[in-house]
Amino acid sequence: MAKKAQPQNMSQTLLLFRKYIARHKYALTTITLLVVLSTCISLWGTYSIKTVVNDYVLGGDIEGLMSFIMFMAIMYIIGATSTGIYKQLMSRTAQKIVKEMRQDLFNKMQTLPIQYFDSHTHGEIMTHFTNDLDTIQDALNNSFDIVIQSAITIVGTIILIFVLSWQLSIIVLMSMILMYFVIQYLSKRSKKYFKLQQDAMGQLNGFVEEMVSGLKVVKVFNHEDENMIEFDRYNDALRQAGTEAVAASANTIPAVVSISYFAYAIVTIVGGLMALNGTIALGNLSSYLVFVRQTALPINQFTQQLNFLLSALAGAERIFDMMSEEAEIDEGNVTLTRVKVLADGTLQESNEYTGQWAWRHPRNDGSIELIRLKGDVRFHDVIFGYEKNVPILKNINLFAKPGQKIAFVGSTGAGKTTITNLINRFYDIESGSITYDGIDIKLIKKDDLRKSISIVLQDTHLFTGTIADNIRYGKLDASMDEVIAAAKLANAHSFIERLPDGYDTMLSSDGANLSQGQRQLLAIARAAIANPPVLILDEATSSIDTRTEKLIEQGVDRLMENRTVFVIAHRLSTVRNSNAIMVLDHGEIIERGSHDELIHLKQRYYQLYTGQFELD
Amino acid sequence: MLKRLLPYALKYKKYFILAIVCILTETVFEMIIPFLMADMIDVGIATGNQAYMIRQGVIMMLCAIIAFILGRLYARFTAIAGQGFGAELRRDEFKRVQNFSFKNMDHFQTSSLITRLTSDATIIQNAICNGMRPFIRAPFMFLMCLIFSLMINVRLSLIFIIVSPILAIGLFLIVSHVGPLYRLMQSSIDEVNTVVQENLNAIRVVKSYVKEGYEEEKFEKINEELRQHSTDAFSTQVLNTPLFQYCMYTTIVCILYFGGQMIFNGEMQVGELTGFLSYVLQILNSFMLLSNVFLMVTRSIASCERICEVLDETSDIVDTKSTLVMHKGNITFDHVYFKYKDSAKQYVLSDITLDIPSGSTIGILGGTGSAKSSLVQLIPRLYDVTKGSITIDGHNVKDYPLTYLRDNISMVLQKNTLFSGTIKDNLLWGNKDASNEDIKWACHVSCVDEFIDNFSHKYDTDLGQGGVNVSGGQKQRLCIARALLKHPKVLILDDSTSAVDTATEASIREGLDSLKETTKIIIAQRVSSVLYADKIVILDDGHIDEIGTHDELLEHNKIYQDIYYTQLKGAGL
Repeated sequence: MAKKAQPQNMSQTLLLFRKYIARHKYALTTITLLVVLSTCISLWGTYSIKTVVNDYVLGGDIEGLMSFIMFMAIMYIIGATSTGIYKQLMSRTAQKIVKEMRQDLFNKMQTLPIQYFDSHTHGEIMTHFTNDLDTIQDALNNSFDIVIQSAITIVGTIILIFVLSWQLSIIVLMSMILMYFVIQYLSKRSKKYFKLQQDAMGQLNGFVEEMVSGLKVVKVFNHEDENMIEFDRYNDALRQAGTEAVAASANTIPAVVSISYFAYAIVTIVGGLMALNGTIALGNLSSYLVFVRQTALPINQFTQQLNFLLSALAGAERIFDMMSEEAEIDEGNVTLTRVKVLADGTLQESNEYTGQWAWRHPRNDGSIELIRLKGDVRFHDVIFGYEKNVPILKNINLFAKPGQKIAFVGSTGAGKTTITNLINRFYDIESGSITYDGIDIKLIKKDDLRKSISIVLQDTHLFTGTIADNIRYGKLDASMDEVIAAAKLANAHSFIERLPDGYDTMLSSDGANLSQGQRQLLAIARAAIANPPVLILDEATSSIDTRTEKLIEQGVDRLMENRTVFVIAHRLSTVRNSNAIMVLDHGEIIERGSHDELIHLKQRYYQLYTGQFELD
Repeated sequence: MLKRLLPYALKYKKYFILAIVCILTETVFEMIIPFLMADMIDVGIATGNQAYMIRQGVIMMLCAIIAFILGRLYARFTAIAGQGFGAELRRDEFKRVQNFSFKNMDHFQTSSLITRLTSDATIIQNAICNGMRPFIRAPFMFLMCLIFSLMINVRLSLIFIIVSPILAIGLFLIVSHVGPLYRLMQSSIDEVNTVVQENLNAIRVVKSYVKEGYEEEKFEKINEELRQHSTDAFSTQVLNTPLFQYCMYTTIVCILYFGGQMIFNGEMQVGELTGFLSYVLQILNSFMLLSNVFLMVTRSIASCERICEVLDETSDIVDTKSTLVMHKGNITFDHVYFKYKDSAKQYVLSDITLDIPSGSTIGILGGTGSAKSSLVQLIPRLYDVTKGSITIDGHNVKDYPLTYLRDNISMVLQKNTLFSGTIKDNLLWGNKDASNEDIKWACHVSCVDEFIDNFSHKYDTDLGQGGVNVSGGQKQRLCIARALLKHPKVLILDDSTSAVDTATEASIREGLDSLKETTKIIIAQRVSSVLYADKIVILDDGHIDEIGTHDELLEHNKIYQDIYYTQLKGAGL
C-alpha cells in the first residue's frame, strides 16, 4: 500500500500534472460534479430515514409517507445513475490520461542522449513504464472519486449529526479524530515494513533475474543446489519482511472498526438515556445511530485512498523527472538536401529524386552554400573522455577520404568503438574538431548527420516483426526488390530463403531464434539498404565465419564504392585490404599505414599479425 | 488450476485455518452488535430500564474489544499464511526452472520467465492476502444477516430475497464478462513492454538510423490499443458500483415503505426497523465485497496460468541413478541425428559419426549455421540426440548420472555469463573447494593472470551484474579459467576465444596442450585456433564434410582451403 516514497516536490509535480488534467478538464469537472451529486444524495437518503420515522411513521401520516418515499426513490435513481455515468467517464478519462503520459514518456525517451542510457539501467527506465504508470492509473481509476466522495461524506456526516444532536456528536467527533490518528500511526509503521519488504523483493528479483538469464551456465556447472540455498535465503527474507508488512497494514481495519463500535456503544447508551429524559426524539436517535455506523468506512477509505494518491504522485514525480531530463543538444542548422548537378558543375536544390545529395549550409550573411555530400571525415586533435578529465582518446588525428576504407585495430578498451561513436555524435568531444565534408559536425543537424552514416554494431539488435521489416528499418519505403537486393549483398538471402516463411518469418525477442551470425548478416543488410555515404562496421562480422565474411566482403566492396568505411575488427584478415589501418593503444594511434607498410614496420601490427598465424 | 496451487498452502495449513476461524468469530461478534443495539432501544428505552441499557452497552463494548483482538490475530495469521504460500510457490517455481532442460528454456523467453517468478507470484500472493477476509466473511455474513433479519421480520425479508438474486446475477455477469477483457488488456501490456524493452536495447540503432519518429508511431499504435483494451476492461468492471447502488436504494425504499406500514399496523417496532435496515445493507454489502474478490481473482488468473505453464513444463532429459564412472573420456558419435523441435522437417545434424580419443584435441570448423554448437551441446546432454547415440568410454551418455556427466565435462558456452560477486566467487563455480594454487594454475593457463593485476582488488574485484566491469576478451578468459577448475575429463570451448587477441589465444592454446589427460574439443572461427589439433572436423550444413589433420585437409578439402586462404591472403609470409 505505502510501498512508494512520498513525493518530494508535490507542488512542482502537480504543476506538471496539470497539463494532462487540463486536456480533460470538462470530463474531470463533470466527474467531480457527479461525484458530489451522488454522494449528497446518498447522505441525504440516510438522513431522511429520520424524517420517515419521526414525521411520517410515528406521526401516522400514510399519505406523506407515500409521497416522501416516491420522492426518495426518484432521488435515489438520480444518485445511482450519476454514479454509473461518472464511473464510466472516469475509467475512460483515466485511460486517456495514462495513454498520453505513456506516449509522452516514450517520445521523450527517443530524444535523450546516449549518456542517459549509460547511466540508467534498463530496469530503472522500464519501471517508469510499468510500476509508476500503473500506480497513476490505479489512483485515477479508483482513488480520485473515492477521495472526493469520502471527504464529502465525512464533512456531511459531521454536519448532519451535529444538526441531529450536538451533544452526542462530540463523542462521535472525538472517535473520528482518534481514528484518524490511529490510522496515521499504523500506516507510518507499516510503511517502514513495506520499505523492508520492497528491499527484500528487489534483492530476490535481482538474484532471480541473474540466475535465469545465466541458466545455461548454471546447468553446465551443476550449480542448481547452491542456487537453491541462496534462493531460499532471499525468499525467506522476503517472506518474513512481507509477513510483517502485511500484518502491520491489515491491523488498520480492525482498529478502526473497533473504535467505531466503541463510539457506537457509548452513543447508544448516552442516547438511550437522553431519549428516556426526552432530550432526543426516538426517531432522531435511530437515524443518528445509522450515521454513527457510517463514520468508520469513509475515514478508513479516505486515508487509504489518500495514500494511493500520494504514491501515484510519487510515481508521477519520477516520470516527470525523466521527462525533464535534458534532450540531446542539436544546435546544428546544416541539413541534407537533394540536388541536381548543373552542366557547369554547380549544384542546385531539387525536389526530384536525383540520387545526389548535398549539405545545405546557411551562412551568416544569409546566403546558402551547397556542399556536395561525399563522405570525407576528418578528426583534428580530438580529445574525449566519458568522464571529465579522464581522457579515453588523446589527440586523435585522422583523414578519411571519400571511398576509403579505414580500419581500427587494437586490444579491447583501446578506444576503437569510442571513435566511431564520436562521428555520429552519440557523444560530444571535449576538444578538437571533427568535420564531415569540411563542415564541423556540430553545425550539422543530428538527424541529417546520422542519416548520412550507417552503423553496424557488435551487439546486433533486431526488432519484433518480420525479417523484411527488420531489413527495411534502414529505409522504411524500400520495395521488396530492394530488400532482397540488400539481403543478397549481405549474403543473408540464402539463409532467409531457407527459413519457414522466408522474408515473412516473424522474429521475436531480439531475434532470439536466429544465430548470432545470422543476426549480424541481417544488420549488415539493414545498413546496406540505407545506402549512406559513410559506413561504420563495429565488429560487425565477429560471429560470421571467414568464408561467409569473404562473401559479404564482396558485397561490402561493392557497397564501398564512393563510400567511406570505418572498420573495427579483431580478426586482422578482415582489415587487411583497408586503405589505412590505425593501431590504437590506450586512446592513441600508435601506428598508421597500409597493411604492407605496417608489416614492414615490424612493430605492434606486425606482432599482432604474426601472433595470429605463427606460420614460419 | 486452483487445485494446482493448493499444495503450496498445505505447509501453512495451520495458519490458514486459524485465520479463517478468526475471521468467522470476528464476524459473529460484529453481527451481535446491531442485535444488541435494537434490543437497547426497543427494550431498554421502551421499559425505561437504565441498568439494562448500560449492561447491554458494556456487552457491546466487550464485543468490540474481542472483535479487535480477533482482527489483529487474523491479520497476523493471514500474513503468515499468505506470504508463506507465496514463498513456497516461488520456491517450487524456481526449482522447476532450474530443472529445465535447454529445450525447455527455448520455449520461454528469459524476460517472461523472470516475470513469472517475480511479479506473477506476487500478484497471486496479494490476491490471497487481500481476498481471504472478504471471501470468508461475505458468505458467512450473508447467512448470519439472513437469519437475523428473518428473526426480526419474515415478511419484510422477502424484499431482499427478491433483490439479492438480481444483484448476484448482475455481478456474476460483470465478472464473467470482464475476464476475457482483462486477458486482452494483459496481452496489450505485454506488447507495450516488449516495444519499450526493444527500443531500450536498440537505442543506438534507433538513433543511428534516425528512426525516432517511426518508433513513436509504432508505439502510438500499440499504446492506443492498450488504451482501448484497458478502457473496455475497466468500464465493464466499474458497472458493479451503480448496479449495487440501484439494488441497495431499491431495498431501502421498499423497507421503509413496507416497514413503515407495518409500524402503522403495530406489527413492528421502530428499533426493529433500524436493525433490520442495517442487516439488509450488510447483506448487500457482502455481495459487493464478494464481487470485488472475484474481480481480483479474475485479474490474477492470467498470472496463475502463466505460473502453471512453468510448473507443468516437464524436463525431457531423463536422469539416471547409476554409479557409472568415466575413466578416460573417449567420445564416440554413432550415426547421430538431431533436431531442436520434433516438428521440424530437417535435421540440424545428420549422420554424425565421430571418434574422439581420450586426451586428444579436436577442432571443429564450419560456416555460420553449420551446427557446430549443436554438435557439442549433445555431449553433456544439454540436448538429447534425436537418433543414434553418443558414448563416452563405451557407455551411452544417457547412462551416466546427469550431475556426474556435467561435472566431468566442462563446457565454455558461446554466449557466456559471469555473475555478480567477485572474480573469485565466479571462478569457484568450477569447483567450490578449489585451493588458491588451483585458481592460480587455472588463471595461468587461461591467461587471466595477465590482466588480473590491473584490477585493484585482484581476485576479490567485484564484478557488476553480468560481468560489466570486464571487457569481452577478459570475460572469455575468465570463463575458460572457471571451466578449467572443474578438472574435467572433457573440455569443450565453443568459440570461446573470439574476443581474445591472437597472441593471448596462442598462449592459452599452449596451456591447454599441457592437459594431456583431458579431451579437448574446440570450436573456432579462426584456422589458427585449431591448426594444431590432432584432428579437424569440417562441418557443413549439419553434415561432416571431412575429418583430417591440417595438412590432409589443406591438401584436398575445398572448404578448409577456402577458409585457410581467406584468412591468410596477403599475409606475405
